[in-house]
Amino acid sequence: MSAVSDAAAVDIPPPVERGWPGRRIAGHVLVGVWVLLGLALAVYLFTAWNPELFDRWKGPYLSGLGITLLLVAISTVLGAILSIPIAYGRMSRNRVLSAIAYAYVYFFRGTPLLAQTFLIYYGLGSFRPQLEMVGLWTFFREAWYCAILAFTLNTAAYQAEILRGAIESVGRGQWEGASSLGLSKWQTLRMVIMPQALIVALRPYGNELILMIKGSAIVAIITVYDLMGVTRLAYSRSFDFQTYIWAAIIYLAIVELLRNVVELIERRLTRHLRR
Amino acid sequence: MQSAWTLLSWGPEGWLDDIAYGVFITVSLAAATLPIGLAIGFMVALAKQSDEPSLRLAGNIYTTIFRGLPELLTLFLVYYGVQTLLQSIVQMFDPTAGIEVNSFVSGMVALGVVFSSYSSEVFLSAFRAIPRGQYEGGYAIGLTGGQTMRLVILPQLVRIALPGLANLWLILLKDTALVSAIGLSDILRQSGVAARVTREPFLFFGVACAIYLVLAIISSFGINAVERSVSQSGVRR
Repeated sequence: MSAVSDAAAVDIPPPVERGWPGRRIAGHVLVGVWVLLGLALAVYLFTAWNPELFDRWKGPYLSGLGITLLLVAISTVLGAILSIPIAYGRMSRNRVLSAIAYAYVYFFRGTPLLAQTFLIYYGLGSFRPQLEMVGLWTFFREAWYCAILAFTLNTAAYQAEILRGAIESVGRGQWEGASSLGLSKWQTLRMVIMPQALIVALRPYGNELILMIKGSAIVAIITVYDLMGVTRLAYSRSFDFQTYIWAAIIYLAIVELLRNVVELIERRLTRHLRR
Repeated sequence: MQSAWTLLSWGPEGWLDDIAYGVFITVSLAAATLPIGLAIGFMVALAKQSDEPSLRLAGNIYTTIFRGLPELLTLFLVYYGVQTLLQSIVQMFDPTAGIEVNSFVSGMVALGVVFSSYSSEVFLSAFRAIPRGQYEGGYAIGLTGGQTMRLVILPQLVRIALPGLANLWLILLKDTALVSAIGLSDILRQSGVAARVTREPFLFFGVACAIYLVLAIISSFGINAVERSVSQSGVRR
């Protein structure tokens, strides 16, 4: 056999595997398991279908969904506003300012959201006389407001880190170039840095939004009737497990929808970067 | 009114021993979940980077479901779902039997599947960072598929995946707080009990937050040590 034909033999791509190698069998079995589980779920929901239960809880589930979305929307927007000074503090050269911002971020990222929520909702009850004196007790008495406060403070810490990471991902040369063109610092930030940073930040922001939607389920524990709260109530009244399945399907649908929307936006925004 | 130091002392008057028990539960739950989550996550990542489309599909369904569900809901699904399921199975044989599912095991399973769905993504991106030539080099010197994976790919994979996994460990440590909702006596539940009894909620929930912070700080020291030893082994090679 000549050298040429040897080289040709080596360069041939490996033949497509035919038949049933082990991993193909394993893959089909696993997909089969998922299909079976899906079918079992469908059959379960069909046989357990209870029109009375559905009619009884249809309204509460919708309002719970509304509460979940509202909570996430309000606290994400407020958190975005609050994250700007924190990110500024993190990037500041002032030692004190950056230490304060670092401590804030470290605390809210290092402790569970549930513990923070408890600290605000139950913990601030310790200061009831003082809070009543300044007239803030009506605010902290309500689980709903406490949840918004806790979520805002929490997401502000995460969003500040996203913002900081995104701004720092833009090269120094961009700042220098802009300042040599005579742009002010604010103009540079607004017109040069932010458009580039926000593209980097889009995916983390999307992830944070998804984490917030998933995390918002814990407000059910402090008696806010969001989607999870309504679900727990429905389960404790009916002891029908399908109430949890409904909630799971709704949450999955929201998260998947959001994920795809973020991906779509990202693809649209970065179309000038694709080759 | 007792002082904060009495409340936080060890013994019948103080609550420190109860909270210490909570720390033990939290840490052992996280430590028990970690190997399960890593093992499942690694297998799911293997499936997702396979050439076989059906394996990829199965792996992707797994991550889509468990990354999309809120952790608390997953916990309830496992806790009540398994209970309902086992109960209906047992009652086929013995209609009077009741079944209690262990909340520790439920927590372990629920946190384990959540952890594994996230860690599979970390492993997957680490797999993608390893060039094909590494596999080909392994086969070329006569290693079998399993040997190539164990001796060539895994050592590099660990080094690449470690920062992501460390992050997931910190998230897992925080997620264990959710098991207090199904009645497991972790840090948060124990300090909640103390807060209710003593009517000092701010003190005790503040202590709980501080403990979580300390656990996070200790973990990051541990992570740094592991990272250093792993990167050293890379240099020596």
